[in-house]
Amino acid sequence: MALDISIGQYFEGSSVIHKADPRVKLISVILYITVIFLAKNMFSFALLILSAIALIIISRIPIKIITKGMKPLILILVFTAILNIFWLQGDTLVFEFGIIHIYLEGIMTAIFMIIRITILLIGTSVILTYTTTPIALTDGLEQLLEPLKKTKLPVHEFSMMMTIALRFIPTLIEETDKIMNAQKARGADIGSGGIMQRAKALIPILIPLFISAFRRADELSTAMECRCYRGGEGRTRMSKLKLRAGDVVFAGTFIVLGALIIIINIYAPGFNLAY
Amino acid sequence: MSIVELKDVNFVYGQGTPYEINALKNINLTVEHGSITGLIGHTGSGKSTLVQLLNGLLKPSSGQVLIDGTDIWAEPKKIRDIRFKVGLVMQYPEYQLFDETVRDDIAFGPKNMGLDEEEIKKRVIEAAEFSGLDSALLDKSPFDLSGGQKRRAALAGVMAMNPKLLVLDEPAAGLDPRGRREILGRIRTYGRESGTSVMIVSHSMEDMAKYCDRILVMCGGQLMMEGTCAEVFSRYNELIEVGLDVPQITKIAAALKKHGVDIGDDVYTVNFALARVAEFMGLSLDQIEGRLHHGS
Amino acid sequence: MSAIIKTEHLCYSYHTEENKKVQAVNDVSIEIEEGQFVAILGHNGSGKSTFAKLLNMILTPESGKIFIDGKELTSPDITEDDIYDIRRQIGMVFQNPDNQIVATIVEEDVAFGPENLGIPSDEIRKRVDNALETVGMKKYARHAPHKLSGGQKQRVAIAGIIAMMPRCIIFDESTAMLDPLGRREVMDTIERLNRKDGKTVLHITHYMGEATRADRVIVMRHGSVYMDGTPKEIFTRVDELWEAGLEVPQTTEFMHGLNELGLSLPLDIFETEPCAEKSAEAILKWISDHK
Repeated sequence: MALDISIGQYFEGSSVIHKADPRVKLISVILYITVIFLAKNMFSFALLILSAIALIIISRIPIKIITKGMKPLILILVFTAILNIFWLQGDTLVFEFGIIHIYLEGIMTAIFMIIRITILLIGTSVILTYTTTPIALTDGLEQLLEPLKKTKLPVHEFSMMMTIALRFIPTLIEETDKIMNAQKARGADIGSGGIMQRAKALIPILIPLFISAFRRADELSTAMECRCYRGGEGRTRMSKLKLRAGDVVFAGTFIVLGALIIIINIYAPGFNLAY
Repeated sequence: MSIVELKDVNFVYGQGTPYEINALKNINLTVEHGSITGLIGHTGSGKSTLVQLLNGLLKPSSGQVLIDGTDIWAEPKKIRDIRFKVGLVMQYPEYQLFDETVRDDIAFGPKNMGLDEEEIKKRVIEAAEFSGLDSALLDKSPFDLSGGQKRRAALAGVMAMNPKLLVLDEPAAGLDPRGRREILGRIRTYGRESGTSVMIVSHSMEDMAKYCDRILVMCGGQLMMEGTCAEVFSRYNELIEVGLDVPQITKIAAALKKHGVDIGDDVYTVNFALARVAEFMGLSLDQIEGRLHHGS
Repeated sequence: MSAIIKTEHLCYSYHTEENKKVQAVNDVSIEIEEGQFVAILGHNGSGKSTFAKLLNMILTPESGKIFIDGKELTSPDITEDDIYDIRRQIGMVFQNPDNQIVATIVEEDVAFGPENLGIPSDEIRKRVDNALETVGMKKYARHAPHKLSGGQKQRVAIAGIIAMMPRCIIFDESTAMLDPLGRREVMDTIERLNRKDGKTVLHITHYMGEATRADRVIVMRHGSVYMDGTPKEIFTRVDELWEAGLEVPQTTEFMHGLNELGLSLPLDIFETEPCAEKSAEAILKWISDHK
């Protein structure tokens, strides 16, 4: 009974975002990132926060999962904040102690940066990773990059490799687990001692793992040949991605959001970020 | 004292998560020294979990695992020593071979035990012999061996630790009939000659019947039956009910009874059945001596 | 009926690390009729898997000829397109289900073959649905393959072959890594493909019980055909099978043993009930004769 290993972070669901065309989602993410970097004052940031909340609600991804995904980012956030607070100089001094000068601008910038990074992460994960299966993602990417095929870029091969990698990640994780257990059963001491010792202890795990991966690759390539695989040429797809009205609206929303933010940036008063 | 004793053992995977699975429920069992025990059950019946509890790869959620009379989790820091006492041969063990030569690979376990060179050398040769590995192969790379030879080398790697209990998960999986026979025969001889207790996990009832003294049947995370081959297989109706099989010969014996030839319910190998039939026919044992084929 | 597969003096050899020549397939000439269910037995290294891989040109024969549906595969003017067409017609399912599934979703994987053949999308959709229906995996169409059981994975692999609409399917020890339940699922699928859909089946196996379900059994030894006949013909030749390192069904072994005790029973019964009935009859008769 192996652990339940899920690929990527895909969270099963049937929301509008889940159903959107992966190509549209990819484009939307790019749009959203642009929008996030366009926001420059309090009102536009407020709108950004609202948009992120809306995304979470629409996607129906539990907030717990999203906060869990944020955890590794805390360090970066704290670091960015400190950097901004202590180094940024402005007009309004709030605190002074020896060589330390803290300005209001620094604090505001720090807050804005934190909001920006957080929303960036929520945006990409809600629009893409949580709501799109890896295979849909590679499919979308392949078809989005289709025009590049004319330039002889191996777009199909790249996407095939991605698919196979995704397919075999769980298999290899399971395999690693098995080999580790087998070597532990022979008294292998994994994860103790100095760096050299630890590195050495990995050999009995890595060698069988590589050999098994090569064997699998070999068998898989034979199986693929038996199934008449001969590269991307002349290949058709079962599921042709088709754009629906909903997809256009989906991407359109982000354009409207961008336009709103630009307008707010220009006309609304309030604190303005320098960058 | 028994080699294995399990007291109220429970095991839960992913405790506290939505994926919680109660893999073992209240297992109580003992395995006697020097016996060859078969462990049968469906995939997911909990037998793989049980096996990993025996050498401390998994820790029971509750209950005690006693090996040779000592609770293996009494001192969690010494769990590695338990692995030398309980040798585990995993399924398809040939995929764990890694060293430059077969000799070095077999020596991996003994080396981890911290034995001296001389002792290691001796043990490698002994283990190779028990597993049926030609000593000429010892200096080859394990990756140049044939499938069956690799399996033996992996088996020798665990035997060389001189465990008190040797646990094997499907040791004959994927082998052809001759290969199965040879490897299981080797394991049985090893158990008998070295006095090591052996536990074999397998799906093949025919193999279990031929090579084991006692049988444990797992079903849905519980110990469903335990006893000698004769005791367990005579309850073939219950086994079939939970979707397990019994050796075909056991079913033949049951059908014979219906047709007026009662050779007993506890028949589980062909030779045993034939001996019973001979008895039924009034032939004495020396009359049939040598007439029975030992092909199986 | 015509022969879908025919080989003439087929040979194949390879060299080991130490430059030893191994004659894996040695002078094999056989004919397989369309619609037949053929089991191929033989111990490891008897050449049975190599033989199978020659039939769809995964390996190139050293000498000898192969005809698929009358077309000579080994002829010098065979094109690459011809080879791919042969591979479509002669599908192959392997031992390890994990190493033949390409995609991360069951139905995407089944579609892989037809996609390679350049079949229109709508047609692929239909074929995939049918293939999954045939192997009883429709329910799992959107599942991730790595979460399925061995038997289920293997049935997905079979569906992937069926979707290419082959005329013949070779199972290269496809049941060897499965538990009894998985093996039963796969065997039932194989049998159904043969009996119901009329596919020619070549089933390479170690399990004698599986071979008794075939129309014809070929036993290979040292790269050559050692025995060839119906299961009844083959499994009655107990001593020869033992000689080749194989086993016989327990029914046969039992009745063979009874004959050693002085009875004379037929050896070609593989089912429990008829075996017991015949044996009991003979035993009781023997007893009344010897009173």
